[in-house]
Amino acid sequence: MEAQTLAVETAFAPGFAAIETAAASPRWLTALRESGRERFEALGFPTTKTEAWRFTSVRPITEVAWTRAAREALRRPDPAPRGVRIRRLSEALADAEPHLARIASFEDNAFTALNTALFEDGLLVEIGRGAVVAEPIELVFDAASAAHPEVSYPRLLVVAGEGSQATVVETWTGRGGRPHLNCAVTEISVGDGAVLTHVKVQREDESAFHVHAIAARQGRASRFTSHNISLGAALARTDLDVALAGEGAECEANGLFVAGGSQHCDNHTTIDHARPHGVSRELYKGILDGKARGVFHGTVLVRPGAQKTDAIQTNKNLLLSREALVDSTPALRIEADDVKCKHGSTTGQLDPLALFYLRSRGLGEDEARALLVRAFASELVSRIPVAAARDAVEAALSARLPGLSEAP
Amino acid sequence: MAGTILEIKNLHASVGGKEILRGVDLVVGAGQVHAIMGPNGSGKSTLAHVLAGRPGYDVTAGSVLYQGKDLLAMKPEERAREGVFLAFQYPVEIPGVSNVYFLKNAVNAIRKHRGLPELDAMDFLKLSKEKARLVEIGEDLLKRPVNEGFSGGEKKRNEIYQMAVLEPTLAILDETDSGLDIDALRIVASGVNALRAPERSMIVVTHYQRLLNYIVPDYLHVLVDGRIALSGGKELALTLEEKGYTWLEKEPPAPRVEAAAR
Repeated sequence: MEAQTLAVETAFAPGFAAIETAAASPRWLTALRESGRERFEALGFPTTKTEAWRFTSVRPITEVAWTRAAREALRRPDPAPRGVRIRRLSEALADAEPHLARIASFEDNAFTALNTALFEDGLLVEIGRGAVVAEPIELVFDAASAAHPEVSYPRLLVVAGEGSQATVVETWTGRGGRPHLNCAVTEISVGDGAVLTHVKVQREDESAFHVHAIAARQGRASRFTSHNISLGAALARTDLDVALAGEGAECEANGLFVAGGSQHCDNHTTIDHARPHGVSRELYKGILDGKARGVFHGTVLVRPGAQKTDAIQTNKNLLLSREALVDSTPALRIEADDVKCKHGSTTGQLDPLALFYLRSRGLGEDEARALLVRAFASELVSRIPVAAARDAVEAALSARLPGLSEAP
Repeated sequence: MAGTILEIKNLHASVGGKEILRGVDLVVGAGQVHAIMGPNGSGKSTLAHVLAGRPGYDVTAGSVLYQGKDLLAMKPEERAREGVFLAFQYPVEIPGVSNVYFLKNAVNAIRKHRGLPELDAMDFLKLSKEKARLVEIGEDLLKRPVNEGFSGGEKKRNEIYQMAVLEPTLAILDETDSGLDIDALRIVASGVNALRAPERSMIVVTHYQRLLNYIVPDYLHVLVDGRIALSGGKELALTLEEKGYTWLEKEPPAPRVEAAAR
């Protein structure tokens, strides 16, 4: 506890002090940052006694003396695709205010609270009402090498107007081999009847720390698809919270996490069915090698009154070594009585008979293993609707799985 | 012996610590088709898998020479590259890997081993189409993931299609007839017959005599309790059909033709 308080003070106090001096901010924003700070100070960093962090210790993060990254490493399409408006939050405060911090709750999440207190001048991405945007909106968060361990607080707000259709891609990269912490929040408002696809590909350097909350709120008859691909970082934690807040909303949550060496990858998802006739399909797959540890914790919540909800949640994990480990906790919390929900979780090794079958046709053992692993991943990779993102994931998988020249 | 492809001597093998093969002797010459029949649990499938090198099938005694080389010292993929092919009784479903992708890689692994240039996509497609006709396997099936959602008959036809593409020197067919209706059996058998060649030997493992009406063997062996209890010509199948396997357990086994030949 002592050490934690100390780390909080030394690393984050200068940032907190800056809130008060940011005279240019409107009062509501200063108040918001203040409440983020208060909430963070009340919560403190989670420990493994905190239920949502049972399997993930954040000590590797709290033990580092972080300095704040000098520049924001965020690239965006310029000009924005037709029908899309991308602005700095500081240039778009009036339009951001109705949504900002209202989708991603910081009540129980210390990192989201910290980001809310200290977030940088992130982006507001607005997709116009009725706009059909074919071209993906690609955002790259590229943490460059620095002399000291640096922390960034990226913040993204996506507002998809009524009846719009678009795809947003977030690519997280980071090089240089020095520790970098991304404490990030993405908020997504999916308007009534809108179709929004969100792709996240995280392939940061293996010295990086990555904590990211993605929160989406869906309007009536809207459709939200999430592709959450986690490949990099020493410690990666993604929280995906989707609220099906309008009647007849549909949500598809796809996740693939690949970890080797001593990587730790944690995925927490909550699909919150608040209104009737909602549909959700969730599939998360983990591939763990070396001494890696993976976590899948998924909750499907069906609130009273969310009748006729149709929800399926599936988690499948593949362990490639004896020392790799995964903790899978799928959960349904159903408070309505006329619903169709199921969930399931499986964890296993490569099928020895399938390996033998491939080898009996002449494929080498490494090649056969790589083929089966790629086949396990392909169900999710093939669903990524953006070719560039799909190719990047394929390339990253190929680099890890020697023996294959092309995708199966 | 000149023209010998396979020579099994006193082969003992265990699975999960349980001895299944208890001294199998068998010699297969080039171009010959040998049928192996036997009751359930006699070790037919074990013999097939031991020859293909399935991990966990432990050889405890004996030897197997394949084209004069120690087959048992080779990894499964080395056996395949040297021309051994096993058609599985239960072909394995591999979701996410298309049939053609898998087989193109297999063909090229084998060609590379033999010092031949690898086939490109066009060449492979041509070869694949030609061989697919042999077992009346549709192009849609080739593009689908390996065996996933295939019917029983489609799976068996897929095995013979793979055999046709890989052109083995020694093909082992493990109960390729089981679970097939008569039409599917005819298709599979005619595919196999089309692949009979002077340079290709086959071991056809079956529980039922029915298959041997379509694939007529040169020799027939009856495996009982992990040993070859009886060997003879194709007419032996009819005796077995008439009297059943229990007949073998009651009467003393006749001399082994193959063993005597050596």
